[in-house]
Amino acid sequence: MSVRAEPAVAKASPFYDPRVRGFVYQALLIGTLGWLLYEAAANAAANMRARNIPTNFDFWNKTSGFDINFTLVPYSAQSTFGDAFWVGLWNTLLVAAVSVVFATLLGFAVGIARLSTNWLVAKAAAIYVESLRNIPLLLQLLFWYNAILKPLPNVRESLVIPGLFGAPFAYLNNRGLILPEPKFGPGFAWTAAAFALGVALTAAFAVWAARAQRLTGAQKPVGLVGLAFVVGLPLIAFFAAGQPLTLDYPVLRGFNFAGGARVLPELVALALGLVLYTATFIAEIVRSGIQSVAVGQSEAARALGLGTKPMLRLVIIPQAMRVITPPLTNQFLNIVKNSTLAVFVGYPDLVSVFAGSVLNITGAAVQIILATMAVYLVISLLTAAVMNAWNNRAMIRER
Amino acid sequence: MDSGASRLETAYLRETPAPTLPPPALSSGALGWTRKNLFSGPISSVFTLLTIAFAAWTLPGLVRYFILDAVWRADDGAACRAPGAGACWAYIGQKFPFFMYGSYPREWVWRVDVTFVVGAALIVWLLAPKLRGKQVAAFLFFVAFPVLGFVLLSGWEAVGLPKVGTDLWGGVLVSLVVSAVGIVVSLPGGVLLAMGRRSRLPMVRMASVVFIEVVRGVPLITVLFMANFMLPLFVPDNWSPDRLVRPLIGVSLFASAYMAEVVRGGLQAMPKGQFEGAMALGLGYGRMMRLVVLPQALTKVIPGIVNTFIGLFKDTTLVAIVGIYDFLRTVDTARLDPLWAGPSISTTGYVFAAMFYFIFCFGMSRYSQYMERELSKDRQR
Repeated sequence: MSVRAEPAVAKASPFYDPRVRGFVYQALLIGTLGWLLYEAAANAAANMRARNIPTNFDFWNKTSGFDINFTLVPYSAQSTFGDAFWVGLWNTLLVAAVSVVFATLLGFAVGIARLSTNWLVAKAAAIYVESLRNIPLLLQLLFWYNAILKPLPNVRESLVIPGLFGAPFAYLNNRGLILPEPKFGPGFAWTAAAFALGVALTAAFAVWAARAQRLTGAQKPVGLVGLAFVVGLPLIAFFAAGQPLTLDYPVLRGFNFAGGARVLPELVALALGLVLYTATFIAEIVRSGIQSVAVGQSEAARALGLGTKPMLRLVIIPQAMRVITPPLTNQFLNIVKNSTLAVFVGYPDLVSVFAGSVLNITGAAVQIILATMAVYLVISLLTAAVMNAWNNRAMIRER
Repeated sequence: MDSGASRLETAYLRETPAPTLPPPALSSGALGWTRKNLFSGPISSVFTLLTIAFAAWTLPGLVRYFILDAVWRADDGAACRAPGAGACWAYIGQKFPFFMYGSYPREWVWRVDVTFVVGAALIVWLLAPKLRGKQVAAFLFFVAFPVLGFVLLSGWEAVGLPKVGTDLWGGVLVSLVVSAVGIVVSLPGGVLLAMGRRSRLPMVRMASVVFIEVVRGVPLITVLFMANFMLPLFVPDNWSPDRLVRPLIGVSLFASAYMAEVVRGGLQAMPKGQFEGAMALGLGYGRMMRLVVLPQALTKVIPGIVNTFIGLFKDTTLVAIVGIYDFLRTVDTARLDPLWAGPSISTTGYVFAAMFYFIFCFGMSRYSQYMERELSKDRQR
């Protein structure tokens, strides 16, 4: 039996063993958190029992007894608290979707305008961005609602927004924005079907064109053909079916409007505020995204003989979008989160209906606030997951 | 050689210098600048004309409303209600103490002023890159100033300052208290959370990630609701926090989560060699972070920290939802005063509030841009 001379290592005290220390720290953390949670839950249970506050979701199926002035799904005072939750959620999603679309459009336009070689346009865009993004959103909402929309004239003296050919298109008064309402005739389904067909044909053509370019190098006019399919086919179907879409124009009759669709001033103020505020942030994101593409990239594209349009489409925009997408996602999430300011202007969003009216009537504060937070958390995580997936596809694949 | 000589004979040699021509009128000077920057093409020209038309349409009306037709002196709303009257600045002047201090007792307002001045001086000391002694300034701002502020604002009978209940606080005072508490709590809180998120202990990491992502995933209003409605239920009955303390807790938690992500960016940008170098010198985790890593990482993210403060400052307006009279809420309440009620009161109040917030936020964002340039000097050539 051979004995190897082991170097004598002094056994360190477990007090200095990083693994032991790590274990102790974590045990302490878990213990403290667990104790805090237990104490909070025990206190909450005792306090809620003492104050007769419900501790479950039994109220969900009870009649709510209050009305909501704007609903996308059927709802009345006889509906349940659960129905009120869905009304609020749909209203939140509506204002968020509208604001996301318009804020993105305005934000991209302003971001590009800030890089314009036209001095006046660039300065005007800079003034807009620097002023509105340094003023709290809540202040802007209150301004639009209380200082602009509320003092508008009454129904009989509505402001007229002219459409094409100067005919009145929409009306603005202290009860909201009255727009023409589209009425779909029976044959409109054909137009929709033609649109779907156009999209499918365009996709097929794009695949074929990409293969043709790989094999022969010849480029096909994908954009023009796609336009013809996507716009032309529905137009043909539309006229073939005898124009099954009419606009129901609002007409002033006595003290109110007949026809048309009314958009609440609360919704107008909220969407306007969200769009104008968020667009300033999107503009800055777009500007820095475009500026982040190195000058060498456009020079190289020119050297390869690309014109302005292919250069933008194939070289600049793909690289800029990589920088733009992650912060743009954050802005979309900010719109969803900031739509909770609806409470301040009285638009019935999720917080205003569920964490406001329902909470006040039922008193079930803990469940309702946790449920509301969970909804926003789910929306945030879902959006983040979708945008991350898209971003992973668009990222540089390094080898 | 004679062929060269004959060429010289026939060559034309100018004896006087050519006269200097003026530069082409269309490509230099004011006209050239105009042409290059405003009318470089048909589309550009259209946009220029549209912008000028828009300015001509709006600016004169705004100048008339806010300056020429504005009412600067009045004792009540009568002058502002007169037809053709513009903004009612007299109303701002009369309500100014309310906007600044809320209902804080007038004879004790100097306590608020002293707190403002001390706080402003400390912030300048902390932020100005040229001033020395940042560690002293940090200690004063993060430890001594909160104590001083609490004693001065809330009162301490023993030193002859009677108590002033938070229900009397309001206006700019509350807005600044909320943002100051948010700053003082969120910086150390954010540093701890960021370190927790990068810890190699899985439980610590998970707890930090869950806290940061949950708080960042929900709107501030719901956090404020939670602090206002749920916090009193979570503690024994006699511990129920003060009505101003509840939103302060909510705002602090919220700001800490956002700050954590900024600080994490700074920690991630640190080269590994800094950690390894510190460990090779025999520093433990605490001293490595305190002496080597954090000073560099925090300096790197000063612009990000300031931007978070700008967001926090704008977000303080939301505390109105739980019944706190911050600056914006005092403005929004004062416009309902029947003595002043009139068509221009709302607009005047909101525009005044907008100017206040703009000056603060724009100033901070300018500072952040300045620091960004200062910090990147070592990378500029």
